[in-house]
Amino acid sequence: MDVAFLVEKLGLTVRCGEDRLDREVSGGYAGDLLSNVLAGSKNGDVWVTCQAHQNIVAVSVLKEHACIILTQGRQPDTDTIERASQEGIPLLVTELSGFEIAGRIYGLLHP
Amino acid sequence: MTQGCECSFSVEGEKFAEAGKVSVEIKKMLKKIGIPDDVRRRAAIATYESEVNIISYAIEGTVKLQVTRDRILIDIRDTGPGISNIEQAMEQGYSTANDRIREMGFGAGMGLFNIKNCSDTFEISSEEGKGTHLKILINR
Repeated sequence: MDVAFLVEKLGLTVRCGEDRLDREVSGGYAGDLLSNVLAGSKNGDVWVTCQAHQNIVAVSVLKEHACIILTQGRQPDTDTIERASQEGIPLLVTELSGFEIAGRIYGLLHP
Repeated sequence: MTQGCECSFSVEGEKFAEAGKVSVEIKKMLKKIGIPDDVRRRAAIATYESEVNIISYAIEGTVKLQVTRDRILIDIRDTGPGISNIEQAMEQGYSTANDRIREMGFGAGMGLFNIKNCSDTFEISSEEGKGTHLKILINR
C-alpha cells in the first residue's frame, strides 16, 4: 500500500510531497510527544499527530516515515511545509481526530 | 566497510527551529560510509535527543562524531545549568521542561532514557552551573 492509496481512501488533503506519494506504507504510529514517536515508530510508518510545527519533519526524516498526517484540520506552519518539501516527506491533513484516522488506517492495513 | 570519519557541529540554545539539523546531517553521513540501517537509526535518535536537550536547556553545545572501524562515538558537551540529580534525570518521565517546550511535544522526560536505550555504552557527567557531557558509544 502506498501513500497515494491512503490519500484517496481517506480523503486527505496533500499539503506537500505530491511527487512522493508512491512511498510504501508498512504501518502506523500515533503520538504528539516527539521523543515517544522517535522511540516507538518504525520506518515506513504513517505518523498521525496534531503537532504542526517544523520540528516534526526531522523526526520523520530520522525515522524514515512514509508520511505525516495532521489531525483535526491542523494546518502546517509555512516552515513545516518548506522543510517537508525539501526532505521529500508528504504532509497530509485530515479533518478527523487522531483516534478516528488511526482506526481507519488500521482497517486499511489489516483488512 | 571499514571507512571512518570525524566531524564536529555546534548547537545553540533556544534555537528550536534548528532542532534535528545535526542529527539529520549525521544520519546522511553514516549512510554514505555504509553504516547499517539499524545502527544509523540508533545514532540518529541519540543525536536528535541530545540536540534537543542542548536547545531546550543549555546555552550552547558541541556534537562530535567519530566513526572508527568498529564503533561510533558521539560526544556531546554543553555549557549551561547542568543537571543536579543525574539519577532522577535518567528516569523515564522526569522532566524540568517549561510549558513552551512541552507544547511543542518536547520535554516528555524521555530524552536521556532514549539516548541510553540507543547506546551500547552511555556515560553522563554534569556539573551544576557549568554544563553536561554525554558520551555515546554504538558498535558498528
